[in-house]
Amino acid sequence: MTDTTTWITACRLDDIEQEGALRFDHQGRSYALYRAPDDSVWCTAGLCTHEAVHLADGLVMDFEIECPKHSGAFDYRTGEALRLPACENLKTYPAKIVDGEVRVALG
Amino acid sequence: MDAMVIIGAGECGTRAAFALREQGWDGAITLIGAEAGLPYERPPLSKPLAGAVHRKPICDDAALRAARIDYLPGVSATAVDAPGRSVRLSDGRRLPWHRLLMATGARPRRLACPGAGLARGFRSDADAARIFAGGTAGARVAIIGAGLIGMELAAALRVRGAEVAVVESAAAPLGRAVPPHLAARLHARHLAEGVTFHLGAGVAALEEGGVILADGRRIPADHIVAAIGVSPDTALAEAAGLDCANGILTDRFLCTSHAGILAAGDCASVRDEAGVARRSESWRDARLQAETAARNMLGASQAHVARPWFWSDQFDLGLQIAGRPSTDQAMVRRIIAQDAELSFHLDGGRLVAAAGLGPGNCVARDIRLAEMLIEADARPDPSALADPAITLKALLRTAKAA
Ligand SMILES: Cc1cc2nc3c(=O)[nH]c(=O)nc-3n(C[C@H](O)[C@H](O)[C@H](O)COP(=O)(O)OP(=O)(O)OC[C@H]3O[C@@H](n4cnc5c(N)ncnc54)[C@H](O)[C@@H]3O)c2cc1C
Ligand code: FES
Repeated sequence: MTDTTTWITACRLDDIEQEGALRFDHQGRSYALYRAPDDSVWCTAGLCTHEAVHLADGLVMDFEIECPKHSGAFDYRTGEALRLPACENLKTYPAKIVDGEVRVALG
Repeated sequence: MDAMVIIGAGECGTRAAFALREQGWDGAITLIGAEAGLPYERPPLSKPLAGAVHRKPICDDAALRAARIDYLPGVSATAVDAPGRSVRLSDGRRLPWHRLLMATGARPRRLACPGAGLARGFRSDADAARIFAGGTAGARVAIIGAGLIGMELAAALRVRGAEVAVVESAAAPLGRAVPPHLAARLHARHLAEGVTFHLGAGVAALEEGGVILADGRRIPADHIVAAIGVSPDTALAEAAGLDCANGILTDRFLCTSHAGILAAGDCASVRDEAGVARRSESWRDARLQAETAARNMLGASQAHVARPWFWSDQFDLGLQIAGRPSTDQAMVRRIIAQDAELSFHLDGGRLVAAAGLGPGNCVARDIRLAEMLIEADARPDPSALADPAITLKALLRTAKAA
């Protein structure tokens, strides 16, 4: 089996604070990258599903991102909406660390 | 048989209807809303997107159906029979209830001067549609009141190119809820954008085409908006004999003076542990109170604990405030960027409030952390609060370890 996934280098791991998030724009779309407390990396759509607000400005606690506007919350590993007023799940994308770089598959 | 009835389909009433179902109530839920259409959020009305009025529904029809909420748009409750446990509707029906929630919200306060009827209040989507239809490029708009709503509206109309004049009786804008140094920055930003201010100015009269100030000056205006605050909508509750005083009075459990009737949201004046009654006028509190009210309608006795927090967007600046800052508290400022700062407010060493102002949502994360510090009863070292190199997350860890 060949891996046909296209991986894009988004940033360096060190660019994201531990237990933090970073906005990443690519081809006119916005994404959010997360560095979990265990140093794993994750990627979701960049805008909250409640209103179009950049999630990377929000607070990361454990595996949760809280929207900076009205405190809706998501599990950034699964995209699951955890707290109102966010009720629609977030789209997620594969992410991995290679040689200290964060790579994402946005296909 | 037993029915839950909610009067008012704003943020609070609508959230309560869903919360009743989420918390396991299986009987009837009726949500009575005087306004037409789906329930909608008010905050976006003064923060239009790309210049267009932004009517954001709180929920859609499918969600109401799925939760089996009997939503009656465009219907008013006209009388509550408290001992008889029923409510009379504008369509002639009479609904019996097992528990009743008053979520009637608030209405814009009206000016008392001659010609007051010429000013439009700003509360509903219809108000927003009318004001934004008139407030186009070149139109002259006078806004009476430099509170949060008046200032947001001034910014939104200015961005659309209107000539905006703000009239305020106090010496500075945003006096009530915003720390003076942040209010001053917002004021300066409005001035830089070309909004005109008449501060310390009383309004003597409104007339076709202008506002007459107490000192005799006349401010020409094609449209006049009164944004001088709101009064709780208590008429129905008062007629039903419920105790009211600047709001429908409730205990900590949101129960009114009549058994079986609760009140929540902007219309409610909620007593805290110390017996002090307060009205909240904030979006998040309307939702939190709705959830507590729903639980207590179902037999719980959960006290409402106020966690004041609000935001405001003016031009590209975002303001967030947690707690109730006041000038008799000690204040520590933290500069986080050239155009973004936080202030922390301490009472006897304990953090009680925090405010932040900066572009977009850049202060949101820190205000959220400050809120967690407040909830943790933290007594952070003021020099650490002032130092942007020390993260609030680290301070929270310290506070929790203590
Ligand atoms: C323009 C604007 C901007 C705002 N911005 C912010 C913000 O940025 N941040 C923030 O925290 N808060 C903001 N607020 C405040 C926030 O919107 C309110 O606190 C919130 O809407 C309160 O919800 P509520 O359901 O208690 O009352 P309301 O939203 O007033 O809803 C009450 C509803 O009850 C209906 N009603 C009344 N009497 C009857 C009756 N007899 N029968 C049937 N229906 C009845 C009314 O028509 C109304 O629809 C803003 C408010 C406005 C107007
Ligand atoms: S924009 Fe994210 S919760 Fe409202």
